[in-house]
Amino acid sequence: MPEVFVEKIKDFAEGDRRIVFHDGSEIGVFHWQGAFYAYENLCLHQGGPCCEGVIMHKVEDVLAPDKTWLGQTFSADEAHFVCPWHGYEYDIKTGECAGNRNLRLKSYPVVRRGADLYVITG
Amino acid sequence: MDLQANQFQRMSVEEFDTTKLLAHASKQARERGYERFPIVDVDSHHYENESMAEILDYLDDPVLRQLALSGARPNAKNARILNTLVGYQDMGGRITRYALRNYEKTPPGKHQRDTALTKRWMDAVGVDIAVLFPTPMLALGVHPQVEVEIALSRAYNRWLCERVLAQEPRLVSMLYLPFNDPDATYQFVKEFGERKGVVGFLITSTRYRPVHANQYMKTYALLEEMGKPIAFHGSYHWHDQGQGMLNRFISVHALGFVWYNMCHLANWIINGLPERFPKLKVMWLESGLAWIPFMMQRFDNEYMMRTSEAPALKRLPSDYMRDMYFASQPMEITDHGLLKETFRVINAETQLLYSSDYPHWDFDLPSTIYDLPFLSETAKRNILGGNAIRLFNLKVGAEKLAQTA
Repeated sequence: MPEVFVEKIKDFAEGDRRIVFHDGSEIGVFHWQGAFYAYENLCLHQGGPCCEGVIMHKVEDVLAPDKTWLGQTFSADEAHFVCPWHGYEYDIKTGECAGNRNLRLKSYPVVRRGADLYVITG
Repeated sequence: MDLQANQFQRMSVEEFDTTKLLAHASKQARERGYERFPIVDVDSHHYENESMAEILDYLDDPVLRQLALSGARPNAKNARILNTLVGYQDMGGRITRYALRNYEKTPPGKHQRDTALTKRWMDAVGVDIAVLFPTPMLALGVHPQVEVEIALSRAYNRWLCERVLAQEPRLVSMLYLPFNDPDATYQFVKEFGERKGVVGFLITSTRYRPVHANQYMKTYALLEEMGKPIAFHGSYHWHDQGQGMLNRFISVHALGFVWYNMCHLANWIINGLPERFPKLKVMWLESGLAWIPFMMQRFDNEYMMRTSEAPALKRLPSDYMRDMYFASQPMEITDHGLLKETFRVINAETQLLYSSDYPHWDFDLPSTIYDLPFLSETAKRNILGGNAIRLFNLKVGAEKLAQTA
């Protein structure tokens, strides 16, 4: 089964990312909240390097029980990576596009082999 | 360097380079074979505020120049001559090139930085010739001092002609007109109309002057005689009372960039300017495309009932609109069915011109046109370059100018 070496796990810090290359494709690998996620580094919008953008937590409205708006805050548990070209946001744990959950980046399994991390590409 | 690192946003950036940022665009250019035909971008930008020290050398009024220089000093607090708008174009740091642009290196020596950076993204995406416009000065039409609009835009035009357009054949521009002063507007056309690289003139649409005022007729007549297009460039203005109803930048941007062009287009047609200046070429920039069929339907429908209020017209409002030129960006791409119909009703194959708006946050790549499934290869090439070459009478040889990596 084709696979690509990503990084020594001990060198891949929480909150960090790597971009690996395979057969003309780029794959973004994220280390987030103890797990690893890998997606094609190709924005569904205009093809930007979406995995190379900033990571920001989802913005949420805060409503009172009577439906009045109290303000905004950042989600405590949902984080997005943002395509640096135009701002398309993707859920770091699912690869879903935040603006339309029917759209999802191509994802890849990530496996640990001893001290090393690999992405399964085929 | 940490990019505004905080609890909710983390990214370390070692360097910033436009060629690297746009590497995927270069791949698109290679895969689609852009080397086979010319691509002209009719609406792109630079940040003239970053070259203001050079521009102020061209400002004749010594008192205004002293005010501007004083305001440019560090710790000058609220002293500044160029008005700015409240807004969040960088999406709170999500569009990283806004914050990182200042870190990009350009070659030392005689190369003008704006030119070097512009050619870098043009090469990356496959654009051969770009029509270059300023950025903060898009709001100069709502500057409270008309004399500042005139002085700053004249200094900018002189700087652009001498330092950029005269030096770089791949860059052209439609020069800023100080539309709040009709006489100065006319004089600008006379002064700059024949300068190298000046392919037309620009009215920044965000302002409160009716385009049908009699004082502008001599300018339109002159432009018609010269064969130079006039373009209206959209923008927003959150201090406008109407847009002040909107509480988020997405709303102000989505509506503001169309609002002023809708007003100017309505006045232009209903007052019969296409009949008075039938050979004057009129362009509309950075309003996208969805507003055009709306205006066509809305005004055709009302004109049939209220014909007496537009006595100068000999055709339907939409017929006059189909004689106009429209820049594509920001092209609404979420419904290809609606987009296809929009292309049909505006005669896109001859009237639509590709524009990127790069480096602004909502830029469009050439692939937004080239990948449309309902266009023929001929139509794609017309929209991406052929229409602009004919409209601006550009001299383009067989050799591809863009050096895509």
